[in-house]
Amino acid sequence: MSTGTLPVPGVSARPRVADLVRTGSRRRRLVDALMRLLSVLATLLILVPLVALVGYVIANGLPWMDMEFLASAPVDEVHGGALNAIVGSLQMVPLATLLAAPIGILGGIYVAEIAGPRTAGGVRFAADVMVGLPSVVVGVFVYTVLVVPFHTYSAVAGVISLAVIMIPVIVRSTEEILRLVPNAVREGGLALGMPRWRAITRVVLRAGLGGILTGVMLAVARASGETAPLLLTALGSRLVNVGELNKPMDSLPTFIYTNSGQPSPVLVGQAWAAALLLLVFVLVANVVARVISGRRSSGGSR
Amino acid sequence: MPDRAFAILAGAGALLIGFLLVAIALRLLVSSIDTWRTFGLIGFVVGQVWDVGAVVYGALPFIAGTLVTAGLAMLIAVPLGVLAAIYLAEFAPRRLAMPLVTLIELIAAIPSVVIGLWGLVVLTPILRDTVESWVTSLFPDVPFLAGPPLGSDIFTASLILAVMVTPTIVALGREVILALPANYREAYVGLGATRWETVATVVLPSVRAGLLGACILALGRAMGETMAVTMTIGNADRIPTGLFDQGQTIASKIATSFVEASSAEETSALLALGLVLMVLTLIVGIIARMLVGRSRTAVG
Amino acid sequence: MTTTAEPAATAATAAPEELERGTLELRNVTCHYGSTAAVRDVSLSIAPRAITAIIGPSGCGKSTILRSINRMHETQPGARIEGSIELDGVDLYGRGVDPVQVRRVVGMVFQKPNPFPAMSIWENVAAGPKVLRTVKGKADLNDLVERSLRRAAIWDEVKDKLHKPGTSLSGGQQQRLCIARTIAVDPEVVLMDEPCSALDPIATLRIEELMAELKESYTIVIVTHNLQQAARVSTTAAFMTLGDHGAGRLVEAGPTTRIFTDPQERLTEDYVSGRFG
Repeated sequence: MSTGTLPVPGVSARPRVADLVRTGSRRRRLVDALMRLLSVLATLLILVPLVALVGYVIANGLPWMDMEFLASAPVDEVHGGALNAIVGSLQMVPLATLLAAPIGILGGIYVAEIAGPRTAGGVRFAADVMVGLPSVVVGVFVYTVLVVPFHTYSAVAGVISLAVIMIPVIVRSTEEILRLVPNAVREGGLALGMPRWRAITRVVLRAGLGGILTGVMLAVARASGETAPLLLTALGSRLVNVGELNKPMDSLPTFIYTNSGQPSPVLVGQAWAAALLLLVFVLVANVVARVISGRRSSGGSR
Repeated sequence: MPDRAFAILAGAGALLIGFLLVAIALRLLVSSIDTWRTFGLIGFVVGQVWDVGAVVYGALPFIAGTLVTAGLAMLIAVPLGVLAAIYLAEFAPRRLAMPLVTLIELIAAIPSVVIGLWGLVVLTPILRDTVESWVTSLFPDVPFLAGPPLGSDIFTASLILAVMVTPTIVALGREVILALPANYREAYVGLGATRWETVATVVLPSVRAGLLGACILALGRAMGETMAVTMTIGNADRIPTGLFDQGQTIASKIATSFVEASSAEETSALLALGLVLMVLTLIVGIIARMLVGRSRTAVG
Repeated sequence: MTTTAEPAATAATAAPEELERGTLELRNVTCHYGSTAAVRDVSLSIAPRAITAIIGPSGCGKSTILRSINRMHETQPGARIEGSIELDGVDLYGRGVDPVQVRRVVGMVFQKPNPFPAMSIWENVAAGPKVLRTVKGKADLNDLVERSLRRAAIWDEVKDKLHKPGTSLSGGQQQRLCIARTIAVDPEVVLMDEPCSALDPIATLRIEELMAELKESYTIVIVTHNLQQAARVSTTAAFMTLGDHGAGRLVEAGPTTRIFTDPQERLTEDYVSGRFG
């Protein structure tokens, strides 16, 4: 094994150690410090709008959060509240969840446990596409299918559009959680003589239940903030609608949207209050979900 | 319940998604078929005029609005997002990094309409009275920067979009950077490189595909954003030529005009717009997935 | 099973000024991770342009002590050392000494071959000189890349595919590429952390032959758990083991032949003879 025809570089041709370790690479160190600083600044800059936004919502919304706001329907530019919106969201979101969660969880189980690799890949692809689909497109679709034929905007259409948005999200999160369940758990169930479906529901599902519920919670948080699809399906209404699902129904997001552009400071203030309500709900749901999944993944006891 | 029944039930749930996807696309196509027949695919897409009275519909103003706002948003979001991802993955002390990541991800959870409210009531007047007034008065002869500064325009909408999609780049970017095995960094540091030189010369090129995928995913989200854009863009059906022009995106056009659509032709045209948006986001999403998926298996 | 140990390099054969170049002196080095000590009070003289092997059971701190020589140990958050490490009389941890520059002078070859993924073979070798700005200009870089690849005994195998990615080579070739990359910056010392443990026996042998040539120009310190390898290549051997409180310590150091045939310490004898039939 030859070292080639070139001569071995002379050891004495090397600069001395004493000279090398002290000649700072001044410019390189400066660049390093500068870029580190820039990266910190970028991070802070991204956080500024978040802090500002939350601050403004609290500051502008809290003063309008009173009994009149919470317990009465809109009247005019001076009186009234958001009862129509609150009651509307309190109906449509849970109904959508009741519809989407079982379908989504079942679908997630299918992809993670039952489907062959190609079907699983196909469903996963379709779910990812649906998750990325602008919600306004979903609203338009449900409009053509449920609003036009019946000649009326309706809460049902709103519920369906929210469910369509939630299902792919729940399928993907359920699938990801189930994939993390170790095979030993599955085999344990089967070894005890359980039929496949029971092994899945009794054993595997239970193992992943925390994560699955977290996924549902995040989907609920997302659905409760959706505006565009509801605008096109449930439309919104100044009347408090309880139980009449075949009629238009308001919701917190649509309330915020409609009031935000009004010339009345009272109505705009109520929009802020509604935004505060919505923001608190969504942020709390997200933080709780993160805490639960964080505790699980860091090895906390079940 | 026998195994088979359960499998069928679960399978129905899964396949419902595929069914929905196809149903949405087909339904939009069928319901907008008149528009396509009247103007043709190319004609509609490059048509510059949207006039309900004259029954002329062209999608170009809205496609332009969508691409311009999303593009401008990316100009801000990509450098900021990548830098922040680098900080959180490489330089931040571990105990600080996790809460910061959580905070940034929470931005993505804020409902679009809440951000829109803030954008409309708070940000718009501020930008109008400061940045926009200064710039328009400093450069009166530059058409691109022409006023009047109204606040609700392409500029504000793009800023809002940037705020909304940067967390996507930060979260995903950080993930792909962390996925790169540590021994490549060690080797470069071992040669005598600084941490930043390691990031720039070894880390970033090695996770190029994943970072690009994250950016494209963010682009897709920016293109589909509806409420925050609707409330800050000024809602004018024209192709934007200046930074402070009022404009309209496909999503905002649908959101504002759909309920009050006065004719079958207008509804059909709006549905055609919806189809265009769906195709656009589909293409972007597929490209993003290919890039991010590839990066996750490529190294280490 | 005979072990061939090379004759120990005698100080008398080297000229006085060259005796200095590449002499490493570790004095009472203790390596900490946060509040725990991983290695305690190691004092070791490493002869210039010779191969010193650090041997011992796993977990006794061999790699930790090695990584303290090129100041890689401190890249872990909370890690630091006590004591001094001198190269040619210069304390590598002294005031005003830039760790980045130390690593230029003390190079390292890692256990798992790690050619940079986004770079070609050529770019891998040129990476060091480029970032350190020691060599500039296409022509000079080409020269340096060829020289380094030749000295790493891999030029003939890669000269026609310099633009191919570094990862397209076999494991043994990748490791020789990493060696070429390390010597391209012309260090005084080359540290090797179990460089052959991920390679097959034939690749291992080629690298051992390479080491024998490289020691003409560099001081080499190798950590290895392969006792036969230590016996084959090194002139000095240092045996470490786990001491009190889970911290590693140096038991005995000296000429390789003596360590293997006539160790002073019982612990050394147990370890060395336990591995030989």
